[in-house]
Amino acid sequence: MFDFLKKNEFFRAFFQRERSGATARERLRLVLLSDHLALAPDVVEALKAELLEVIARYVDIDPNQADVTFEQREREIAMLASVPIVGVRKDRPSLPARSRSATNGRSPNGAPTRRRRRKRVVAAAPEGSLSTLNGSVPSAEGASEA
Amino acid sequence: MSPSEFEPTEAEVSIGAQASSAAGEPSNGQPAAPAKLGRAIVITSGKGGVGKTTTTANLGSALAAMGKSVVLVDADVGLRNLDIVLGLENRVRFHLLDVIEGKADLDDALVRDKRNERLHLLAAAQAREKEDVDGAEMKRLIGRLRERFEYVLIDSPAGIETGFRNAVIGAQHAIIVCTPEVSAVRDADRVVGLLPGDWSPELIVNRLRPALVRRGKMLSVEDVNAILRLPLLGVIPDEPGVIVASNKGEPLALDASSAIGAAYRSIAARLSGDATTEPARAVGFFSKIGALFGGRG
Amino acid sequence: MSARRIVITSGKGGVGKTTTTANLGAALALRGLRVVMVDTDIGLRNLDLVMGVEKRIVFDLVEVVEGRCQLRQALIRDKRFESLRILAAAQTREKTAVSEEQMDKLIGDLANTADYVLIDCPAGIEHGFRNAVAGAREAIVVTTPEVSAIRDADRVVAKLRERDLPLQLILNRIRPEMIRSGEMMSVDDVAEILSADVVGVIPDDESVIDSTNRGEPLALDETQRLASIYAKIARRLEGEPVPLTDLEAPGFFSRVFSMWKQGAALS
Repeated sequence: MFDFLKKNEFFRAFFQRERSGATARERLRLVLLSDHLALAPDVVEALKAELLEVIARYVDIDPNQADVTFEQREREIAMLASVPIVGVRKDRPSLPARSRSATNGRSPNGAPTRRRRRKRVVAAAPEGSLSTLNGSVPSAEGASEA
Repeated sequence: MSPSEFEPTEAEVSIGAQASSAAGEPSNGQPAAPAKLGRAIVITSGKGGVGKTTTTANLGSALAAMGKSVVLVDADVGLRNLDIVLGLENRVRFHLLDVIEGKADLDDALVRDKRNERLHLLAAAQAREKEDVDGAEMKRLIGRLRERFEYVLIDSPAGIETGFRNAVIGAQHAIIVCTPEVSAVRDADRVVGLLPGDWSPELIVNRLRPALVRRGKMLSVEDVNAILRLPLLGVIPDEPGVIVASNKGEPLALDASSAIGAAYRSIAARLSGDATTEPARAVGFFSKIGALFGGRG
Repeated sequence: MSARRIVITSGKGGVGKTTTTANLGAALALRGLRVVMVDTDIGLRNLDLVMGVEKRIVFDLVEVVEGRCQLRQALIRDKRFESLRILAAAQTREKTAVSEEQMDKLIGDLANTADYVLIDCPAGIEHGFRNAVAGAREAIVVTTPEVSAIRDADRVVAKLRERDLPLQLILNRIRPEMIRSGEMMSVDDVAEILSADVVGVIPDDESVIDSTNRGEPLALDETQRLASIYAKIARRLEGEPVPLTDLEAPGFFSRVFSMWKQGAALS
């Protein structure tokens, strides 16, 4: 029992090491980002429209069932896109050779890596991007993996 | 500064209890029966920045910690802050206008405080205006909340315009928050005049600094109440700890070592007529001070 | 040349708009500039109280706008200064009693015979705010280093930028010891979060309460620490490159250099 308590104390001390001023700053950063998103619905709409356009170049989608939302988490705001894919396009853009992964589609031991069809694109808002929605659309990072 | 310095006199407490009874709360110490409608109380002031939101958050936290079911309603559309004071800002999915406009269920909008399970928050809309809220709809919403919760605390915005009126409309009782400063007292007085005539609003004096009062550099509680003439619900001291608490989003009502927290807890006890918590001091701190310094010029 | 028309606003109530208007106006008047202070908080007026002229109000802003008196009849001459006048708000009316066009015209009229028109804005971002901003050509946003205040200030900054109003920050009620210990956000933090230049940093000072109670702005009392701080803000507004004092946390940010340029550009 005492080990558990000691462990608890350690965790408490560890997490409370952050000064409340820094805590406040972090909380503000996120809440203002969320506020700005809420206050720029036209920008958000434009972002969604363009995002679906890009996805639709590679795969056939059902835009009416597509949903793009913003989720506030502990330390970030994430954009979540749920886009039903109904087929792969035959006329999708072909990628230049250079942009293929360094392993050339194969894992280090020689076996081919699986390419997964991603339905969800998760983009974490980059740090310091508080004012990016006042006129410009933030770039989506963390797009589908190869 | 000991928390008991801020206990009002017996006389003041009995006035408070009478006011609470008049507002429908049983004063025999029993919690309200679930079948009864909850009490809807608006927390308002006129003047901004005197501690309405902090008081709503802390009073609500204290009541919930005592076992009452509580919902806090942020009526400050466009400038919401109850969520961030409670540290719940990253859990708000839907807000009050979403519920009124049918875009979300009440259950989806209510945020339950994981630290304090009987406490719930209904956040304000951030990207809307106060004029977007229809008074009749607000009243209906507060009515629905009263059916589910023992206490509905409504955080009023500053001012006396639409936002204030919408905050008042569903309530049956008011708590006026006032700091010991002339502008705040003047605004509080104005607000009291705008509340329904049959109400008996109660006063919380916030940010009192007894040392400044003793030096004649700050109004005393008596000075404030000589003008407002309201039953005194409680007095909260001023401490730098309130800034740290707000930085972290952790209401002081849950902090056992805070004098401010203790003050809120005793206010919660008084408000709910719960006789089992600490009784008021027999001889008030303030009457002692009055005797020592006589009538100040 | 017409006066500079500055609205002093914040979003959040209670952060020091009225106190700032009063003391900044006093500091400017002490330098011999012609100052008019306007209280636009119709229904909850307080500038008169803070300036100690509450017993001398004969006519108010609404009566001027409604044509029931001349502007000069409503302006209260402050006896402590050569060149300071105050226009009080109405107490028993609502903010909807005046329109933005009327406010713009009123401030314009005042600007003809002054160097500075300081517009004290009510809390919020509704009708009262819009009225106060209508007559302004620049803004000072007052905030404290506290999460709710900064959040509201951010909203106000966005609204001011929508109207292309140049703005600067005054950071009020800082506690340098708390900034040093990390329990309060620093001046740099706030300036960065709001992406705005800081024209003044004012420490928390218990003398403010007493000065409000007595209706005597601190800027009048040379022995008061805050008096020299308000005086410096006045000088910065006039375009002097006065550096911020060592009140703020170390890591003195580079915006001070742009302040001089901004001060000059705004005049």
